[in-house]
Amino acid sequence: MGDVVKFGIVPIGGEAWLKDLREKARKQFESNGFPTTRHEDWKYTNVAPIAAVKYSALPEGGGETSFDVGEGTGVLFVNGRFIKELGVLPKVQIGQLRNAFEKKETGVKEHFGRYASVEANAFVALNTALCDDGVFISIPDGVKVEKPIHLVFVSNAKSAFAFHPRILIVMGKGAQATIVENYIGKEAGPYFNNVVTEIRLGKEARLEHYKIQREGESAFHVATVHAHQAERSSLKSYSLSFGGALVRNDIEVVFGAEGGFCALNGLYVVGDEQHVDHHTMIDHAVSHCSSEEFYKGIAAGKATAVFNGKILVREGAQKTDAKQTNKNLLLSDEATIDSKPQLEIYANDVKCVHGAAVGKLDPEALFYLRSRGIDEKSARSLLTGAFANEVLERIEQEPVRASLVNTVRVHLEKMHA
Amino acid sequence: MLLIEDLHVNVDGREILRGLDLEVNEGEVHAIMGPNGSGKSTLAHVLAGRENYEVTKGAVHFEGRDLLKMSPEERAREGIFLAFQYPVEIAGVANTYFLKAALNAIRKHRGLDELDAMDFLALAKEKMKWVDMGKELMERSVNQGFSGGEKKRNEIFQMMMLEPKLAVLDETDSGLDIDALKIVANGVNSLRDKKRAFLVITHYQRLLNHIVPDRVHVLGQGRIVESGDKDLALRLEEKGYGWVVEPEKKRLFRRELEIRPSL
Repeated sequence: MGDVVKFGIVPIGGEAWLKDLREKARKQFESNGFPTTRHEDWKYTNVAPIAAVKYSALPEGGGETSFDVGEGTGVLFVNGRFIKELGVLPKVQIGQLRNAFEKKETGVKEHFGRYASVEANAFVALNTALCDDGVFISIPDGVKVEKPIHLVFVSNAKSAFAFHPRILIVMGKGAQATIVENYIGKEAGPYFNNVVTEIRLGKEARLEHYKIQREGESAFHVATVHAHQAERSSLKSYSLSFGGALVRNDIEVVFGAEGGFCALNGLYVVGDEQHVDHHTMIDHAVSHCSSEEFYKGIAAGKATAVFNGKILVREGAQKTDAKQTNKNLLLSDEATIDSKPQLEIYANDVKCVHGAAVGKLDPEALFYLRSRGIDEKSARSLLTGAFANEVLERIEQEPVRASLVNTVRVHLEKMHA
Repeated sequence: MLLIEDLHVNVDGREILRGLDLEVNEGEVHAIMGPNGSGKSTLAHVLAGRENYEVTKGAVHFEGRDLLKMSPEERAREGIFLAFQYPVEIAGVANTYFLKAALNAIRKHRGLDELDAMDFLALAKEKMKWVDMGKELMERSVNQGFSGGEKKRNEIFQMMMLEPKLAVLDETDSGLDIDALKIVANGVNSLRDKKRAFLVITHYQRLLNHIVPDRVHVLGQGRIVESGDKDLALRLEEKGYGWVVEPEKKRLFRRELEIRPSL
């Protein structure tokens, strides 16, 4: 079926457990290959174009690329390769995953590959088989990292290349942090970014996790986030997707112990012939956890967008409180959005609500604005911006919010032009 | 300033306006009255450039130009303002932001400098006093969560900020208590001058006690069936609309008028 060497070089070396895991992943991928649209979870997303490209080795260098982390810190990768640290990293474990493998850092063996299953997802299998580098962040018990940590992946090479970064975030008891994954493409590609992020939140840990996707216009971006939450931990996730030709974002959250809270927020803005698919899954495996989901999407041109939000409330997960909202805005007659809430509830004392909507700009509002002298184009972008703002308003990190407000404005202007 | 000739308008395939003629000159206040369904609001929306209102016959000229060829924003920039009967709530767009964009679009069109945030706020503060609008309403999303009265005051506030040449007030009095009505009327009266014209559309006479019109027209079945001075509104208040809509009653009413002209 699939041949992993088409997508990269199988890493050599490493400890036995890592070799075994890569080997298992390779076999898994080679026997199943990529999913087809006959697979329920991939019904609306055809990944055949990803396999059709012939990828060459990772380009060397990447020129002078910088990224403004503002008050924050971080690490920079260009064309799949680690380049440098950004700012002064806090005194916690943040660095290249490759080094963490070599130095046998505490927590890597224990958590790597434990949450993202190679059996369940072909892209996780491919990533695990080929993953050679990425980022390892470990925040010890009780440590609060105040400044946002930016993980920046820039792609700017013109050749076709594939990379499979892996991010492992391990947060100790009561640890706190804000981590921002940035994916930026500059006239590059077609390239294929197949990233996997695993997050382990210890008891009472709190994480704000941002994923900002601004890949190049011919990029394939497949991202899988798996989070596992211990007792009374809190995860606030923000997934913002603007770029790429073919984009898939999976996020799965598992409540492993009582009292957990997660908020999954998302915004996708697509135009031309872009395709973006968000699949979310919240596994209420135990009782007394709450989740809030708020995703909004805007599609223009001939773009297609998919939102599939699954909430699983397992037997015995009483007092679960789950809310899910997905609202979509179509800016053209040729754009398509499929919204599918999926609730599976096996407990009886729970509160679960969901709502999904796909609509167009309100003609009454448009006329009202125009009747005051605002031209049609500006009126449309004002209303579209307001629609997107409902997600951005939820962002608590002010510098991150302000920069995203700007990104959305520029992106929308481009789409309305 | 405004000349409407034999205007016929279809809405959703139904003919609502059926040959309406009206002339409004600079500085005049005209009241348009009439029963529900007579076409009052349709007239207001056609003047503002509402889409899906199909003009099948007739012409509208504004300062000598063909109004029907202009987009809603062009009309606004040329000086037409519609105070909506049902102002639209727009989530996520702040009142100040919206109004500043509108004012600057109009100023630019008139060859004036755009106002910066400071000058805009100073102007807004001055105008807000007239309509008793609090600063907190300015910061909120356009009309969102506003009470009925607040929405109407916001319309008048916008009108005062944009300083139109012709203001069309579409049932601005509906749903207002007497205090709110006076506030709205104050705002309108403060703008009255020799150049500016108003078209005051209303179902009831009471607004016209506060905004005294030069001419009163009665709309029935899509055309103007009666015109007169401000006393016509008082007679309508007493007699109802039946007589203008039904020709036989109208004839009787006219005869009665000849016998007892004080009526």
